[in-house]
Amino acid sequence: MKTNGPKPASPAARLPKCPTGIQGLDEITRGGLPRGRPTLVCGGAGCGKTLLAAEFLVRGALQFGEPGVFMSFEETEAELKGNVALLGFDLAGLVRRKKMLLDHVYIERSEIQETGEYDLEGLFVRLNHAIDSIGAKRVALDTLEALFAGLPNEAILRAELRRLFRWLKDKGVTAIITAERGSEHLTRHGLEEYVSDCVIVLDHRINEQIATRHLRVVKYRGSPHGTNEYPFLIGDDGISVLPITSLGLNHAASSKRISTGIARLDAMLGGQGFFCGSSILLTGTPGTGKTSAAAFFAQAAARRGERALYFAFEESPSQIMRNMRSIGLRLEPPIKRGLLRFHSARPTLYGLEMHLAIMFKEIFTFKPAVVIVDPMTSLLVAGSESETKAMVTRLIDFLKSQQITSLFTSLTHAGNPLQQSEIAISSLMDSWLLLQDIEGNGERNRVLYVLKARGMAHSNQSREFLISDRGIDLVDAYIGPGGVLTGAARAAQTARDKAEALASQQETARRQRELDRKRAALQRQIAGLRSEYEAEEEELRRLEEQVAKRTRVLTSERTELARLRHADAKKALSAPDNPKTKERD
Amino acid sequence: MKTRTVKPNESNSTGAPAKIWQLRLYVAGQTPRSMTAFANLKKICENHLKGHYRIDVIDLVEQPHLSKGDQILAIPTLVRKLPPPVRKIIGDLSDTERVLVGLDLRPAD
Repeated sequence: MKTNGPKPASPAARLPKCPTGIQGLDEITRGGLPRGRPTLVCGGAGCGKTLLAAEFLVRGALQFGEPGVFMSFEETEAELKGNVALLGFDLAGLVRRKKMLLDHVYIERSEIQETGEYDLEGLFVRLNHAIDSIGAKRVALDTLEALFAGLPNEAILRAELRRLFRWLKDKGVTAIITAERGSEHLTRHGLEEYVSDCVIVLDHRINEQIATRHLRVVKYRGSPHGTNEYPFLIGDDGISVLPITSLGLNHAASSKRISTGIARLDAMLGGQGFFCGSSILLTGTPGTGKTSAAAFFAQAAARRGERALYFAFEESPSQIMRNMRSIGLRLEPPIKRGLLRFHSARPTLYGLEMHLAIMFKEIFTFKPAVVIVDPMTSLLVAGSESETKAMVTRLIDFLKSQQITSLFTSLTHAGNPLQQSEIAISSLMDSWLLLQDIEGNGERNRVLYVLKARGMAHSNQSREFLISDRGIDLVDAYIGPGGVLTGAARAAQTARDKAEALASQQETARRQRELDRKRAALQRQIAGLRSEYEAEEEELRRLEEQVAKRTRVLTSERTELARLRHADAKKALSAPDNPKTKERD
Repeated sequence: MKTRTVKPNESNSTGAPAKIWQLRLYVAGQTPRSMTAFANLKKICENHLKGHYRIDVIDLVEQPHLSKGDQILAIPTLVRKLPPPVRKIIGDLSDTERVLVGLDLRPAD
């Protein structure tokens, strides 16, 4: 936030401020309007000038114990009461209790004839009387410019207005003076010339047939203030200016976790689901199951006994319920138990400010733990991209400050680059889930990724997202047609590695078996050779036996013969060697 | 109450049975301008409405609550309460012609 003023140090000490009580305005002005001084509020027709002035007085009377005088130059007391009663302000009651005084100043040019010198002492007396009668601390003059139409002599009027503002300061009342926006000056009659302390400009712009109101503090003498143009809303409970910076970035971060309603998705998010009070973006192309996932999240909240508020911008509640029934999700019981509420509205029904106001109001009254906006992208048609972003930012800020977990679905168009999420709000989101269609082999499959999940370990893998009549299921590591995403490609790679490992294992086993077979064959061969060798050895042995036997027989025969022939005994003893060698040859 | 009422003159009876003009002059304190206005008014009435008028002078400093009834902003303001319709003339009434036009009085012949 930019600031004006040379010395921002302790401005409150130097310049006493008067809190308006109007949501957001006190933050922009750092505490309120300059106390005891007049503030000029200018803007075109239908900007909410009168309402701002009225709310300043009502809140002053109700919240700060400062009675106020509303001097109207346009609307009668009855009209005024009626108009602000629509916003829930009970002016009549405040008037009865002498907390407020309404005074309608009526001027009709045609009834007035001017004859010579005059001044506006009558107005002074009247205002003075009104202020004193209830001890007013605040004054609203709405709008002084009616005097220019009613009184002919502008020179006198200007001099008197100058005197009036001086007088208001001397009187010590904090005043709001409203004026019509002029084409050259801030106000049609140059009132800003006289009111130099604080000037606020209201604006009502129409962008693509949808109107949005803006507020800007043009000038605030002696005080820093937000100089941006802030959208503001006129809701059922008055004005709320919603500066983006209103809440700052100091909301407490909870470490409590809540389930997504889909068990496997919880597992992907570190096993416990989302952080309580975080913001979740769910993007996807048409028909990828965003609403289904959102509905499961809502149901999970109801199961925990927490309230969930579902803003549906495309479908009616009964249509959502019917569709969810078809996937086995019954939303009627939580609705009956008051744990789930739908709020459906066409995005084009009214401008962003009204959407935001209504959403705020719903959130205030229902006090949900979970808020679902489905789809956020529909709001784009209700405002420009930057406005929508600002609005969503404010909404998220608000929800975070209330520790409400929010889930926004966002429709991405097929063919758009993934990261170009529609409203460029991804940076505001704590978690981002992406649903995508992957087409291949003649079928379309839904795939879910966790693109980011701040502050928690999360799966970087894609999961096939199956929607059946029993609900949503996430199936492991879908191997896509490859190259679409790193996650999928990596998953494919691991699968290939696994296959290769298996193949080499099988190869080893095969070789082992072969070796075993070879060994067996070899052993069989060895055994064969050995048996052959043994057979030969056996034969040899037998032969030797035969020879020995024969020798023995021969010897015995020879001995017998010799005995018979009575041969020399000595010769008979050495003889057996010779016949043996003879026989071998 | 500082209201000064100038009663219809005795000569009333001599004139036509015309309606009474009820005039109210709002001032804020005894300022020279108020005095001038009152003197001017008195003179005009005497010249044109002799005997048929009544002037109430209301000092808003004394009776501020009365400013609301006649929607008084400018001081001095002369209000013609009767005859209807209500007409207002602001200023010190120094321009006699315009006062007469404002009061819807035909200038004396």
